[in-house]
Order: sequence, then structure tokens, then C-alpha cells
Amino acid sequence: MTQHLGGGETVAFWVLGPICLAGALGMVFSRNAVHSALWLVQTMLCLGVFYVVQEAPFLGAVQIIVYTGAIMILFLFVLMLVGRDSSDSVVETLRGQRIAATVFGVGFAGLVGAGIARATRGLPVVGLPDAQGGNGNIPGIAELLFTKYLLAFEVTSALLITAAVGAMVLAHIEREPGSRQTQKELSRARFLTSDRPQTLPGPGVYARANSVAAPALLPDGGTAESSLATGIEPQEVEQMPRPTGRRELGSRDAALGTLDPAPLEGER
Amino acid sequence: MTLTWYLVLAAILFTIGAVGVLVRRNAIVVFMCVELMLNSVNLTLVTFARATGTLDGQIMAFFVMVVAAAEVVVGLAIIMSIYRTRRSASVDDVNLLKY
Amino acid sequence: MDISPAQGLIAASWLLIALPLAGAAVLLLGGRRTDRWGHLLGTATVVLSFVLGLLCTVQLAGLDEGGRSVGVDLFTFISAGNLDVRAGLLFDPLSAAFVLLITGVGSLIHIYSIGYMAHDPGRRRFFAYLNLFVAAMLLLVLGSNFVMLYVGWEGVGLASYLLIAFWFTRPAAATAAKKAFIMNRVGDVGLALAIFLMFAQLGTVTYEGVFGSIGTLAGGTITAIGLLLLLGACGKSGQFPLQAWLPDAMEGPTPVSALIHAATMVTAGVYLIARSAPIYDQTETARFVVMAVGGVTLLIGAIAGCAQDDIKKVLAYSTVSQIGYMFLAVGLGPVGYVAGLAHLFAHGFFKAGLFLGAGSVMHAMNDSVDMRRFGALWNKMPVTFGTFALGYLALIGLIPFSGYWTKDAIIEATFDRGDVWGWLLGGAAVLGAGLTAFYMTRLMLMTFFGRSRWEDGVHPHESPKVMTVPMIVLAVGSVAAGFLLVEAFPLSNWMTPVFGEPSEGVHVIAPLTFGLAITVVALLGVALAWLFVGRREVPVTAPARVSPVTRAARHALYADAVNESLFMRPGQWLTRALVFFDNRGVDGAVNGMAAALGGSSSRLGRAQTGFVRTYALGMLGGAVIVAGALLAVTTG
Repeated sequence: MTQHLGGGETVAFWVLGPICLAGALGMVFSRNAVHSALWLVQTMLCLGVFYVVQEAPFLGAVQIIVYTGAIMILFLFVLMLVGRDSSDSVVETLRGQRIAATVFGVGFAGLVGAGIARATRGLPVVGLPDAQGGNGNIPGIAELLFTKYLLAFEVTSALLITAAVGAMVLAHIEREPGSRQTQKELSRARFLTSDRPQTLPGPGVYARANSVAAPALLPDGGTAESSLATGIEPQEVEQMPRPTGRRELGSRDAALGTLDPAPLEGER
Repeated sequence: MTLTWYLVLAAILFTIGAVGVLVRRNAIVVFMCVELMLNSVNLTLVTFARATGTLDGQIMAFFVMVVAAAEVVVGLAIIMSIYRTRRSASVDDVNLLKY
Repeated sequence: MDISPAQGLIAASWLLIALPLAGAAVLLLGGRRTDRWGHLLGTATVVLSFVLGLLCTVQLAGLDEGGRSVGVDLFTFISAGNLDVRAGLLFDPLSAAFVLLITGVGSLIHIYSIGYMAHDPGRRRFFAYLNLFVAAMLLLVLGSNFVMLYVGWEGVGLASYLLIAFWFTRPAAATAAKKAFIMNRVGDVGLALAIFLMFAQLGTVTYEGVFGSIGTLAGGTITAIGLLLLLGACGKSGQFPLQAWLPDAMEGPTPVSALIHAATMVTAGVYLIARSAPIYDQTETARFVVMAVGGVTLLIGAIAGCAQDDIKKVLAYSTVSQIGYMFLAVGLGPVGYVAGLAHLFAHGFFKAGLFLGAGSVMHAMNDSVDMRRFGALWNKMPVTFGTFALGYLALIGLIPFSGYWTKDAIIEATFDRGDVWGWLLGGAAVLGAGLTAFYMTRLMLMTFFGRSRWEDGVHPHESPKVMTVPMIVLAVGSVAAGFLLVEAFPLSNWMTPVFGEPSEGVHVIAPLTFGLAITVVALLGVALAWLFVGRREVPVTAPARVSPVTRAARHALYADAVNESLFMRPGQWLTRALVFFDNRGVDGAVNGMAAALGGSSSRLGRAQTGFVRTYALGMLGGAVIVAGALLAVTTG
């Protein structure tokens, strides 16, 4: 039973540990909510590595795949829907909340940390190879999971189903029948009221311009503004950057952009 | 180094998560701080599993993760439905349970 | 005393009490339905009681002397541990005499009241209360133990209160009733303590038991019992120092004054002392105190009566004074009991007659009592004048009327004591006799003689027959009762089974000389009254500038002022202090606690801000404290 751990583990810990802490602090102190989520992702990745280092590779993989990959992405989705714009103001509304939180936090950390440090001074590292019975981590976990903790496993699966159903119920928006216009009604409304019921022309993307900002050309040579997506400034084709290698007029592409017919083979 | 350091790190992470719950007003960020606290506990469980030489700690951490996932799903659904009705995701706005 | 069991009619003597009691119950419970015939029922019950009492007395007289104490046992009143009180009656010569007085005079006054209260809408209630009084008074004199006496004692106190405040809408009447009841209460405490002492020391409260074993007690205890009984008697009979309520009790209707505050209730004290004669025979000290009280009171009453302008108040003070004579008599010991009782019975007749006459005068003068507005009534109301005059002559003690025989016996017995107190108290009694003659003559002169000083609209007329006939009967009694009771059919013979053989005391002054001297003193009083009052014009309003003696007499020797300063004011201060303490202290503590709780709950409630983060802060703080405590416990 060794108490001191190997050099590689030490290095890993002392490098990733501060990064982990920095992620946590960044999550708490950053103004933007999305930034907070990203800081937390950093912390979770570090923790995943810690699990692997601590002879729990299965958990490390689950941490990264499930926790970081699924749960944090779920957080980000909801942030996009809900909380993106609501950033916390700097001013604290409750009096003394920050001071009290800091004091209690420091106190708690100190107490618990010191207590744990004292209690686990001579904590032996038994290591897991014996427990795993020589089969590796995943078989070992599987053996425990499906024998000793079978009931907990089944109950947890029920919990997951309940959670999924519950989330669907909670997120469901009950609309009154007839409050949302169906496709049929929408198109009927379009044909009855607007003067251009057909689809609008698409943008004119020519070989000379590789952009949806190039407008389509009308039969008289003018540009059709309605062919551009809203919000995009129409650009003159001449102002657009020319494609490389086609500097001279007279090449086979010279007829591009003009109304003249293309020169025949051999002609200039 | 010894295993104690992992435990100290977990305690500090837990505290940071707790302070974050107290200080942040955005409901989703508060939720994330709770997730941080759960993660720190996971680290503690895994460390002790290694120290005692049994896999039970890892199993517990596994279950914590599963339950945390379910909890996040439901919690975020709740926050979303609150946001829909109240147009605000601040925890200070749900203050009717008062004297 | 040997109590023989009751036979014949005496066994039904409980009806004496039951009849008036039933009458009272019917009239009170029946309510307004009984208004039309209520007065007749009330009078009938008392008359029936009188007839029954007369028949029982006749039967008693038929028994031989040794067996004249007849007991009627009714039922168990209290049975608790060692205390066994039976409701029983004792019919012996003393109680028989009182029964006749109460029911006889009571019947006459009931008949009188039919006419006097004819215009009063509450007449039925009046007769109900009068019946209640008669029932309670009969229980008082017929009871065979001290507890029965006490029940009747309280009953007459209650009836007196109800009747004084009969016109309860008048503040003066209500106040007077309260004063009477409260002062009675003070005396009742004495009586109750005496009964407690008797039971504690002797284990019994029956007359038989107590009188039989009173000799076994220590002298001090017997004196204590005697003094406590005297306190009770002073309260009920209006003697010093509890005499101030009797003149105020004149607020009640005149028949009430006549029956209760002249003839019967106020004599209950004398009955108590006479009945407790075996106790007083054992203690010289208590007897002396009784005598002293009697002597002082008779002078107080006489002096105060000289300066009153209210005709009923003069008669009230006269009653106080005459009962003082009775107390003086019963304090003398065996020689005096019979003399006192004789004066009591004679006084019952003539004082009741005087009160009824005063009521008749008031009736004629539109219910006015101010003698300064009377005058020249002798020819307007001849029957009233005649009966009143006979009562007056009896009261002042002119030979051969009642008062002479009875008062003379008392004063003679006082002098016969021989020692310095005998001379002193006898002299006081003689002075009292002179003053009695003075104030009564003054009353007669101001009311019936002189010029008429009537107010406008007053037309005096004679009263109806229903009122004058009882007055005539009582006047006959006033004239004859004294002679009959003392000389012709001596009361002492009738009372022998109770008080023993009459003893002929050693006379200090020769009887004939004595009688003449008393008469001379009385005539002197009459002459002085004519000199000061009759000869001059009576002023219509009382003169303001008078001598200090007159002023003191007008205020009844400042008895009320003394009572107020000694008892009322300290009581008021105590009450105010207690109220203050209750309001500030007790209520302050209770309300303060409630306010503190409410205030602190409001303030504590502000901790519930509704913000989740505040609650989370609390949770973290709690966790810190728990962690700290855990560490402290495990390491420290």
C-alpha cells in the first residue's frame, strides 16, 4: 500500500488541477451565461481526465460523453432559447449577499478542507486491480452493477423514463385548436392578399460572383432586389472580387457580364 | 502527493459551486453551479473507491451522473416554462413565498 | 334545656314559615298575572300564619312548665364530615312570643300596605318581598340551631335590601340599600365567626348542644364568642358602630320602615343576645360591652333625633335609641333579659304605629317628609292624630302608657347594679329619656300643631279605612302592651322556661321615687320642646347658623364622615391601587407579552424575503455551522 502516488499522476494533477479550478471560478464570475457554460465544460473535461487517472476509465469516458457532451450541450441549447440575453447586472440586489457568500464559502472550504486533510492523512491507496478481479474496469463495474445494485439500476431507468416524459410535459405548449394557422390556411391567405403569390426569384449567382449577394438580372438588364435575401446589401457584380486567373477581357469568359454573344471558337 | 489533494480539490470545487448558487441570478447559471457541486462529489467518490479498493464508489458516481442527467432535463424544462410565462430567467423574480 | 318532641299542632309549625314563603314564591314567579290579587294573597298568608302561631302558642301554654321547649325536626340541612346540621325548629316561649309579634304586627302592616301602595304599579312585588321577609324572620326566631338562625338572618338582610331599594330607579334608594346590606355584612361576619368558633370548639351548633357544653370552654373563648355575636347583633340592629345605615333605610316605603326597621328585623339582634343568654351568663366582659354599646347608642340616637327635619328620620333615630335601651337591658344579665324583651314587644307596637301614622301623614301631604312644611294637621286628620298621639305618649314613657312600664324597668335594673357603671349608664338612660321626650314633642308640634306651612296644591285628608284600622289596633297595643307585659301577665313568668325564675334585685332607689323621677324628666323634655319649638314660629327652611351641637346632631354626630374616612376612602384607594396594578401590571404583562410576541413575529417574519438566494445562504450558513461543530466535537 503506497501512500504517495506516482510521478505521472502528480504531474497530471498539478497541471490539470489549477485548470479545473480556473474553470470553476470562471464559470462563477463570468458575466455572459454562455461563457459560464463553456468554462464549466473546461472543468468537466479536466474531471474526466482525473477519473481516468484514478483507475476509473469507464467513468472518465462517461463523464466526457454524457456529462460534457450531452448535459452541457443541453444547457447551451436552453441558454440559446432562454437565457442568452439575460445577463446578470453587476449590482447585487440583496444586501450583504456577496459578502456573506464569500465569508461562508471561505469558511466552508477551510473547515471541510482542513477536516478532510486531517482525517485522510494516512489514507492508504489500495488500488483497484484486486477488486476488479483481474478482468478490467468495465467488467468489474458490470458485475457489481447487475448483481448488487440491480434494483438501483432498474429504478434509475424508470427515473430516466419519467424525466423524459416529464420534460416533454413541461415543455409542451398547449395551443388551442385553431389558434395556429395550418399550411393550407397560410397559403390561401397568401393567394388572397398578396400581389406576388409565387415564389420569389432566387439570387443570381454567376460564375463571376460566388455570393448570394449577387442579385438576379431582370430581362432589361437591371437587378431584381426581391431576389436577395432580406438583410443583405445588394452588390454590384463589378464591385465583387474577380475570380482569380481571369483578369483579361477577351478570354473565353469575356462575354460574362455583357449582353454580347460569346465569341465563337477561334474568334477574339 | 497523496489522495488527500484530490479530496481537497473536490472540497474547493464544491465550495465554489455553492458560492455560485448564492451569487448568480440567472437560473440556468445557478443550475450549472449545482452541476459543479455534483461533479465534485463524484470526484470524491471515485477517490475513495480507489482508497478503499472497492468499486462501489465508482458505481455510486455512475448513479449520480445518471440522476444528474435526469435532473438537468426536468430542471431545464421547468426553467423554460417559467421563462415562457414570466419572460424572465432571474431567480430573484420568483419571490412570492415571503412574509 | 330539655327539648321535648313536637305533638299536635306544634308539629305543623313549619307551616308558619312555609306559608309566607309559598306566597312569596307564587307572587314572584307568577309575575304580572298575579297583579290583580297579589296583595290579597300576600296578606292572607301572613294572617294565616298569625292564626296558626296563636293556636300553637295556646297549645304551648297548655303544656306544663318543664316541657315548654318543643323541637320540630324537619330534614338534614348539611351533613359533611363531622358537621351535621339539621333543619329544625324550636318552639319555646321566647320564639312563640316573637312569632306572635312578627305575624301580628306583620298582618296589620300588610293590611295597611294594601291601601298605602294602592297607586304603585309594583304593589304585587312589594307584597312578595314582604312575605319573603316574614318567612325569613320566622325562620330566624324559630330555628333550633345557630345555622338556621343564620339562614334567616341572611334572608331578612336580603329582604331588607330588596325593600329599601323598592323604588330602585331612585339613586338615593339604591345607595341606601347597598349601604344597609354592606353594613349588615360587616356584622354578619361576626356572627359567622362565632358559629365557626362554636363548631370548632364544641363540635355542635344546636342551641341544646352549645348551651349545654359552653361551660367547658376557656373564659377567653366564651368572651370571644360573645363579642362576635354582639358584632352580628350590632350590624342587624343598627347599634354603634354600625348604626349609620338605619336612618338611610328610610328611603324605602313607610310600611317597610314600620315592619322591618322598627318592629322586627332590627330586633333580631336583641333576640340573638337573649337566645344566647347561657353564653352571656358565663362572660362578664361581653355583657359589659353589650351594655356599653347599648348606652352609647341610645345617646347617639337621641341626640341625632333632636335636629332632623325629616319625620321618618326622627323616628329612625328614635328606633336606634330605643334598641340601645334593649341592648342595655340584655347586657345586664339575668335580671335584664325579660325587661329588654318586654320593651322590645311594647316598642314593636308603638313604633310601628308611629311609622304607620307618619306614612298616613305623608300620604296626605303628597309624599313629602319635610316637617317644616307640615303643621296644623290635627283637625284635618283626626284619626291619624289620635293614634299618633297615643304612640307618642307611649314612647316618651308617660304613666300609664306602655313605655313607662318597660323603660322604667330597664333603667331601674341598670341602677340596681350598684357600681359606678350602673350609675353612669343609668344616668345616660335617664338623659336619653329626657331627650326622647324633647324630640318626639318637637315632632308632634311641628307636624300637627302651629300654623299650616303647607306647599301649594297640598290638601290634607284622612286616610282610607284600610290604613286607619291597623293604626287604631296598634294604638290600642301601644297603650296597653306595657302594663300587660310587665304587671298584669308578667313576661317574666312566660319566659321562665327560658331564662329561669325572675329574681327580685336589690333596689338602689325606691321604685316609686324612681318612677316619679322618670316622669319628671320626661315632662321636662316636653316643656323644653314647647319652649324652643312650639312657642316660636317654625321656619320653613332650616336655619343655617346654628350652634355646633345642633350641627353635629344634624349630621348624626358625624357617623357617616367617620365611616367614610376610616373605611370608605382607604377602601377606595386600595381599589384604585389594585385596579391600577391590574391594568398596568397584570394587563401590561399579558398585553405586553402579546405585543412582544406579535412584534417579534413581525420582525422575524421579515427574514422570509422570498428570495431563493437568501434561503440558500441560510442553508450554507447552517452547513458551515454543522461542519464546524462536527470538527469541534471530533477533535476537541
